[in-house]
Amino acid sequence: MCLGIPGKIIEIYDANGLMMGKVDFGGVTREACLAYVPEAIIGDYTLIHVGFALSIISEQEARETLELIQQIADLNSEIGPESTVFEQV
Amino acid sequence: MAEDTPIIQGAVCPTPLPHRNQVVLGHGSGGRLSQRLIEQIFLPAFRNTALLAGDDSAVIQIPHDGCNRLAFSTDSHVVWPLFFPGGDIGRLAVCGTVNDLSMVGASPLYLTAGFILEEGLLISDLERIVHSMQVAAEEAGILIIAGDTKVVQRGKADGVYINTAGVGVIDEAINISGRFASPGDVVILSGSIGDHGIAVLQARGDLGFEAQIESDVAPLNHLTRQMLEVCPQIHVLRDPTRGGLATTLNEIARQSQVGILIDESAVLVKPAVASACEMLGFDPFYVANEGKLIAILPESTADEVIELMRRTPLGKEAVAIGRIVPLHPGKVLLKTSLGSTRILDSLSGEMLPRIC
Amino acid sequence: MKYQQEFRDAGLAHSIVQEIRRTVTRSWVLMEICGGQTHAIMRYGLDQLLPEEIELVHGPGCPVCVTSLELVDKALEIASQPGVIFTSYGDMLRVPGSGRDLFSVRAAGGDIRVVYSPLDAIQIARENPDKQIVFFAIGFETTAPANAMSVLQAKSLGLSNYSVLVSHVRVPPAMQAILSSPYNRVQGFLAAGHVCAVMGYWEYPPLSEQFKAPIVVTGFEPVDILQGILVTVRQLEQGKFEVDNAYPRIVSYEGNLPAQAVINRVFTTCDRKWRGIGLIPASGWCLRSEFSHFDAESRFAVSQIQPEESPICIAGQILQGMKKPGQCPAFGSLCTPESPLGATMVSSEGACAAYYRYSSQAAGLMTQE
Repeated sequence: MCLGIPGKIIEIYDANGLMMGKVDFGGVTREACLAYVPEAIIGDYTLIHVGFALSIISEQEARETLELIQQIADLNSEIGPESTVFEQV
Repeated sequence: MAEDTPIIQGAVCPTPLPHRNQVVLGHGSGGRLSQRLIEQIFLPAFRNTALLAGDDSAVIQIPHDGCNRLAFSTDSHVVWPLFFPGGDIGRLAVCGTVNDLSMVGASPLYLTAGFILEEGLLISDLERIVHSMQVAAEEAGILIIAGDTKVVQRGKADGVYINTAGVGVIDEAINISGRFASPGDVVILSGSIGDHGIAVLQARGDLGFEAQIESDVAPLNHLTRQMLEVCPQIHVLRDPTRGGLATTLNEIARQSQVGILIDESAVLVKPAVASACEMLGFDPFYVANEGKLIAILPESTADEVIELMRRTPLGKEAVAIGRIVPLHPGKVLLKTSLGSTRILDSLSGEMLPRIC
Repeated sequence: MKYQQEFRDAGLAHSIVQEIRRTVTRSWVLMEICGGQTHAIMRYGLDQLLPEEIELVHGPGCPVCVTSLELVDKALEIASQPGVIFTSYGDMLRVPGSGRDLFSVRAAGGDIRVVYSPLDAIQIARENPDKQIVFFAIGFETTAPANAMSVLQAKSLGLSNYSVLVSHVRVPPAMQAILSSPYNRVQGFLAAGHVCAVMGYWEYPPLSEQFKAPIVVTGFEPVDILQGILVTVRQLEQGKFEVDNAYPRIVSYEGNLPAQAVINRVFTTCDRKWRGIGLIPASGWCLRSEFSHFDAESRFAVSQIQPEESPICIAGQILQGMKKPGQCPAFGSLCTPESPLGATMVSSEGACAAYYRYSSQAAGLMTQE
């Protein structure tokens, strides 16, 4: 488990007492239930699993994670590349 | 007593209704209703001498200059829904058989079309489908010269099932088969994968997603003819239909008993198709295509063929995606975007959306 | 797609692998308990890129694989009943029960429909008031909020024709069972990122403390998985055993509170049998008595099931990481994706299916390009 992919909320509405939204997955849109992310607003990116948003993706955390990894990459190029499997493929 | 006297307007004979809106069982009985269907729908669309002769079989000349073999193929089409973005069952039926013939290097000439109609099918839908078949036939430059119609009770067919059979001629210089892939050959793909399967899935509506994706269904015979003019030594041609690119490559690897190595980054997937696959947990490599082909040919000819393909409407995004290798015969390997290598297996069973 | 492509970047992935190589001084055995992570590792060939010292073992993280045979057989029996529309997530259709699967029930006339979301099953129930709609509510904690919401919706919409066949499983008790086993070789865990999106990771510190094993919340893209492995390996090399979060853009310590509230409202903890492993106490969720009329098991009179597992299938040992698929005598011969003997070969996330489909090593070939 768990096939969850990021999607951007482009519409929010109510249906049968549930907070629902239209989510854009890069050219494909689908309805999803937003009941578990009640603070979500249009433009937020959420993690969608079986038609439910489970988390609002934090842009800041995403950036920090990538920066952290980029630091490793920079350090690697300073130290010099070790022989890795990539060079053999 | 006078008030009870019925008003008689004269004897009325209960002639059968003409049934102009829907297909009924009578349309398949071979009588006047059947004849009307042929005259009003099929003949005006597939207008050609052989068909208009109205005999039990079509009688045609087979051109044979430089051609020493015939190619013959048949296919049945049961797609649901009947109409989907980019096409319909009629277009699919014509292009499917035209493409099967093209994939052995034949020039397709004539098609037959057998229809199994479901009682209740709207005549207007049938007209749309037949018209679409004629458009596809004209695009391909072929004639539909014989046909048949049967009608089954409501519930026994999804609106309409169509069988097409086709014949074409093969030039004597051409020798194409899934058995001829050779180590060192280049594998060329004519364009993006996954469009048709996802377009149909979306049109079905069960999984609730919307996307601007169109089926790629198209006749490939002009493309193959031009490719063969430039390179008569093409070893393999195949269109990756059901089961997708992965299954087709596996078939060829097994037939030729060679290994195939594919570069994942070279294979084009339209962004919306990729997103739909991500959402459902599908792999585009297993999704059906109806207007794409794989060509396997000697390395020395690859660049020229790709250049030619890119100048044609259906080959604009042609690209080399891999090679035939003298290793792991019968297996297809994929070099991932990360540089690792994994097996690319055939599709087994139905492709199902997953939650994991 | 944003938040996807960046985490598939080959350059970043290479860098993390290099860093792992630089960090590692001895062998370590890491386990991930998540079908989605198993799938991603195999699909991107991540195990090939890692140094030999790192052994990745795939745990029982595929809810499709661990759904008990009894429950699959019950599902088949319910689905075969006239007047029932049996709805399910796609992956369950192929899972073999004792002798047949949902595909064969459909071929015999059962109305079986794949749904993407449990709310689709609710919609089917609304549109078919004269039928009984049963939803196969399987999954780990990730899927529980969705399945639970469908029950609440059925209640609020007054749908008396909707019921659920529940087979929820929880990750922490499975980790505990694996770590407590005398045969355990696992030294560090990659915690399933989307399970943690729902539950947070407050349940893990007692486990890492008790068993002295680092537990690192990990995502699903190649960069995420490699990062999770790096953080775990760093801890192991330093002799630490903490809970760490390598997926902070999605996961927080406390998790999704509204989701946890709905789970607690609808479900209660119960014992659960894991296919191939056996009973793990308090490892499942069942419907609370307040919602018992939505329980398909009680609504449908299902006969006493005598499940029959294939005697050859060693899915249990594979699920616990004790054996690799390649070590199973039936792997690739008697047991293939087309004719699976056990659930680990059926689900595309099952370890056996993943190995069969993706692993060049398993097939005994490595490209010599």
